Amino acid sequence: MTEHVATNETILVVGGGISGMTAALEAAETGKNVVLVEKNPALGGRTSQLYRYFPKLCHPTCGLEINLRRLKGNPRVRLLTLAEVTGIEGDTGNYTATIKIHPRYVNENCTACGECERAVEMMVDDPFNYNLSQHKAAYLPNAMAYPQRYVLDPAIIGTADADRAKTACKYGAVDLDMQEETIQVKAGAVVWATGWQPYDAAKIQPYGYGRFKNVITSVEFERLADLQGPTGGRILRPSDGKEAKNIAFIQCAGSRDENHLRHCSRICCMASLKQTHYVREKYPEDGKSTIYYIDIRAIDRFEDFYQKVQADPSVSFIKSKVAKITEDEHGNPVCHGVDTEGYKRYTTPHDLVVLAVGMEPSVKGINIPGHIVADSSGFIEADPANGAVFGAGCASNALDVNRAVQSATAAALRAIQVVNKVAKAEA
Amino acid sequence: MSANTAVAEKYRNNFLKEIEEQVEMGDWVKMCMQCGVCSGSCPTNFQSAWEHPPQELFMMIRAGKREEVLTSSSMWNCTSCYNCIVRCPRKLPITHIMHGIAEYAHRLGMAPKMQPTRFFSGLFWKNCTNTGRVNELKLSMGLYFKDGFVQGIKNGMAMQAVALGLVKAKRLNVMELFSGHKCKDQKGIQAMLKKAYEIERSRKAAKMAG
Repeated sequence: MTEHVATNETILVVGGGISGMTAALEAAETGKNVVLVEKNPALGGRTSQLYRYFPKLCHPTCGLEINLRRLKGNPRVRLLTLAEVTGIEGDTGNYTATIKIHPRYVNENCTACGECERAVEMMVDDPFNYNLSQHKAAYLPNAMAYPQRYVLDPAIIGTADADRAKTACKYGAVDLDMQEETIQVKAGAVVWATGWQPYDAAKIQPYGYGRFKNVITSVEFERLADLQGPTGGRILRPSDGKEAKNIAFIQCAGSRDENHLRHCSRICCMASLKQTHYVREKYPEDGKSTIYYIDIRAIDRFEDFYQKVQADPSVSFIKSKVAKITEDEHGNPVCHGVDTEGYKRYTTPHDLVVLAVGMEPSVKGINIPGHIVADSSGFIEADPANGAVFGAGCASNALDVNRAVQSATAAALRAIQVVNKVAKAEA
Repeated sequence: MSANTAVAEKYRNNFLKEIEEQVEMGDWVKMCMQCGVCSGSCPTNFQSAWEHPPQELFMMIRAGKREEVLTSSSMWNCTSCYNCIVRCPRKLPITHIMHGIAEYAHRLGMAPKMQPTRFFSGLFWKNCTNTGRVNELKLSMGLYFKDGFVQGIKNGMAMQAVALGLVKAKRLNVMELFSGHKCKDQKGIQAMLKKAYEIERSRKAAKMAG
């Protein structure tokens, strides 16, 4: 693992979501050497946790599959999983990154046969399902994980379960002695594509996320709709497992709010409009969606998607930001507010409330070289002061998948220009 | 020409600008994005008592509904709980804007005369600036008799038990009705207030003219 030969002509891509994969592949396909660093045990990032994309409503499996094929066929990308960049030193054309690699406890002999998973007993939270469910402590990160290789949760190391996993493996793939390593990688340019995290909905105190079980976030709702998710694709509410047929979507949960995220997260309107399709798909007879909004920002070409949802009789729109959520005696979340069309108060119970949470850049608080220029929301700005560290995807702005890919391609191009200059100077 | 017709003439068809320039914190009104969180968070039951919730007032200002806004009793119903200020996603100082509009309407003589909050505010101010001390007995009597003598007697009878309790607990002195306690330098206080009025008057006149 440690013997990567990286030079000043290498491009370091941090983050293996859709943006990082795109940047790495675009650069590698022009003949550059790339080191791709991913924190999780598998590639794909938040995109792989979606049930469907907008606007075509196809499954992310499809787009990721294309990228994984490109990756498998390209020897120029060296992938490090369970790895985190802990520091970058140097200057344009000459960076040294320190990368910490966490042990997977499973080596490349793994065939993903699943014997270790069957052998162990301990259950741990499944972050792929936003901890809505648990999985075995020997697990495949998700159905289409790349690398298609199992992982042992550090919690089982030193227990009888770890030995059971080792004994069960016919291929000698379980290696309980793996240690954390720290390596240094040289690079001429860095693409920082660490993506986003859902805004912590518990901070929006009047909405009761964390206090009311049937108030969930939009990213959790994606997992409920997914066949691979905790409910096998049935939209059941967390409190009692009852089918949730009357669902409220609350827009701008954290976004466009000086008390939370001051930027518009851009994706949430389209995401909620998309999620009304899930409700209709799962409950074609009596599913009902209500969107509470300030204004619908279905940007440019998505306007027709919005119009189609408006024409759907199972979806209603209420122009109002919900002021408060309470819970009634049946565990139903109740939305309180004032409808801006007519200025009438409403108190409306629903089976389930989905908060369309905003995008917070995950660069926040992470140690990247001190001179990175970020905007007032913490997204990386394109600024000459950043040297050859380029933000890509949602590390640079709140973007949907389509725009994140465009942003990543642009960042790859900037990185390629830098390493080309380095190559010329050295020749 | 009254003050009201003078400004109405000046800002003809641009009520938003009038509010921006004349009302304390009025320049914030244009920042409202009509999300409705202020009204939803308001503890006042405006369905019966409060005609227009804050974001509707802001919309009416933009729509140039001058007469309806300034004669409305809505902003007088604000209890200054500050829920709206805390939750407004654009950080509008809504409570202060409400008070600013109320004060402006009062200054122009457009505020509803017998609206209880407005009436009480006037009563309180007169009461405490007169002697430099609040005379609670005269203040509550004034409020009881707001709607006439008969209603005043009825109000007094209804509150009888409370009043007697206060007298027994020595929290209320009946003799206050005749003279009442004063501050040490009553003339000094009044001179100070007179000067403050002068300064305020000249500032507001300059604003109106400017």
